[in-house]
Amino acid sequence: MIQLKGITKVFPLKGQEIHALKGIDLEIASGSFVAIMGPSGSGKSTLLNILGCLGRPTAGSYRLGTENVAEMDDNTLSDARGRRLGFIFQSYNLITQLNVIENIQLPLIYQEVSLKEKLPLAIELATLVGLEDRLDHKPNELSGGQQQRVAIARSLINDPLMILADEPTGNLDSTTEEEIMQILIKLNKRGKTIVIVTHDEAVAQHTERIIRMKDGLIYQDEICPNREEASSAL
Amino acid sequence: MRITKFTHTLELGFKSLMLRKLRSGLTILGIIFGVCSVITMLAVGNGAAFEAQERIKNLGSNNIIIESIQPAESDSTEQENTLSFGIKRRDMDSIKRAIPEVAGIVSQRLMNENVIFRDKQQSAQIIGTQPSLRSVESIPILRGRFLCELDISQQNTVCIINKSLADELFNYLNPLEETLKIDNVHYSVVGVTSEQGNSKQTTANHRVYIPISSMQARYGDLIIKNSSGSFSAEDVQLNKLVLQMKNPTAVITAESQIINLLNLTHKEKDYKLTVPLQLLKQSEETQRMFNIVLGSIAAISLLVGGIGIMNIMLATVTERTREIGLRRALGAKKSDIITQFMVEAVLLSLIGGLIGILLGIAVPQLISNFTSMNAIISPGSVVLAFIISALTGIVFGIYPAAKSAQLDPIEALRNE
Repeated sequence: MIQLKGITKVFPLKGQEIHALKGIDLEIASGSFVAIMGPSGSGKSTLLNILGCLGRPTAGSYRLGTENVAEMDDNTLSDARGRRLGFIFQSYNLITQLNVIENIQLPLIYQEVSLKEKLPLAIELATLVGLEDRLDHKPNELSGGQQQRVAIARSLINDPLMILADEPTGNLDSTTEEEIMQILIKLNKRGKTIVIVTHDEAVAQHTERIIRMKDGLIYQDEICPNREEASSAL
Repeated sequence: MRITKFTHTLELGFKSLMLRKLRSGLTILGIIFGVCSVITMLAVGNGAAFEAQERIKNLGSNNIIIESIQPAESDSTEQENTLSFGIKRRDMDSIKRAIPEVAGIVSQRLMNENVIFRDKQQSAQIIGTQPSLRSVESIPILRGRFLCELDISQQNTVCIINKSLADELFNYLNPLEETLKIDNVHYSVVGVTSEQGNSKQTTANHRVYIPISSMQARYGDLIIKNSSGSFSAEDVQLNKLVLQMKNPTAVITAESQIINLLNLTHKEKDYKLTVPLQLLKQSEETQRMFNIVLGSIAAISLLVGGIGIMNIMLATVTERTREIGLRRALGAKKSDIITQFMVEAVLLSLIGGLIGILLGIAVPQLISNFTSMNAIISPGSVVLAFIISALTGIVFGIYPAAKSAQLDPIEALRNE
């Protein structure tokens, strides 16, 4: 259960104050699949950063599971990201020196976990995204779609409360985009909470709830009617 | 499982450096030269100091040495080619009487003569002296004995020779059973010393010690030289006096007393005073300055190497801004990011340091082998160089690492 109450975010900019978020109230139930949409400057990236514990809100409370993130210091925030969140980025962000399995295990480095113990899990996740025969490949030996699959597997390695995906298909062609979305849908069906930030309507249509933002506020929050159709159409 | 994180960081640091081999190599080069020059410079300085100080120590630190020297050409022509100068026997007595701190006093007369044994002839330094020379100059006796008081009082024609002369003249014979001839006088060999001498010319290293009384009886004070048809004579009673003082503090106070005493009777400066203890102190002082200068030059090259590391690390941080953002998003704390970049900087400097140490051990060996300089590596300088190279990595790695950790994860992720 993720709960935001009265979240505001103010950035100082050349003596002026930019109000990026003007009071966001939002609840995301466990196991839901949410898209956040909006034009640039609408505050969706700022909201994603707060959801991802990458930045603290100026005011308001943010409950991630049982913890109030708004009151955390830098180190606990890092810890919260490492243990409770999974990230998927538009540009994959894999580490070039590491192979597939090492990239998948990367978040574990910063937890007090043994890599060896978690190796079967990493292989299982690689299999889940269909990369079981590429375990020792380096990112530059993989296609964009494959790299994004590695990133998805990586976001799952710490069994997070929520997966945050920032334009996960922005760099991919439409066929690959479908593949990636299908993987996300599959994960959601297994009970993962997924939040996607996108401005691609087609991507958003795959989710079950679309939150539309404008000028730092949520102006529309709808259950997506097309989801079943969209997925069955594939 | 902190080990996991650390080995990962170490491995990754290594991989990142390997990924940019040329760049890492060039950076390391700066440290290699720095460390190598620190060790080499200190080794060369050490070697020079060691040689100088050994030479001085051989003179004895409790000793004061007075040598006769020919005064600058003055009114010598008036005296019909007979030059009279140097230390007199009465000087020896007056010093003994005036300065109670003198524990022992040894006089020496020196000549160069040919030494003959059967059909072999060697030029050698003949030293007329007293038994106490042995303890004053710590002369090592290999076989037989040194001079004794009886030799002096009876003007015995005995001699003690050093090993290099014994080897030349006697080969496999037992020198102690033989006699040799100097200026038509036969001297029986009673002892052999193991002195090597420090001159590189072998003949100058041949030495023969005979009783000073025997020498006095044979030659008198006047030494007549026959040089290209004309005769010149030198009247020198003693060539060298070695005073052994009771303790090192007495050495310093006695020096001026002796000068005052000698100036009463010596109108010209026909003697030279050497105080090994002061020479030693001067040499140590000079050495310290020398080491500081050499060390600073080497340190500057290390500093330049360190700046190279900082430069490269700053470039790396800028290049890997996205990676830093990603790691922060995946749960890395600021301290984890700092560690990662510090590890890379320290790895660079340590690899450079280790290679530098190996080179720094090899180069002084080469210098010793191929030049007349003597380079001595002290273990301390190797440890110092290693610590300095590690410190270089830490000091010059801190700023780039801190800069990397200060990056806002959001900004860092957005960086293209």
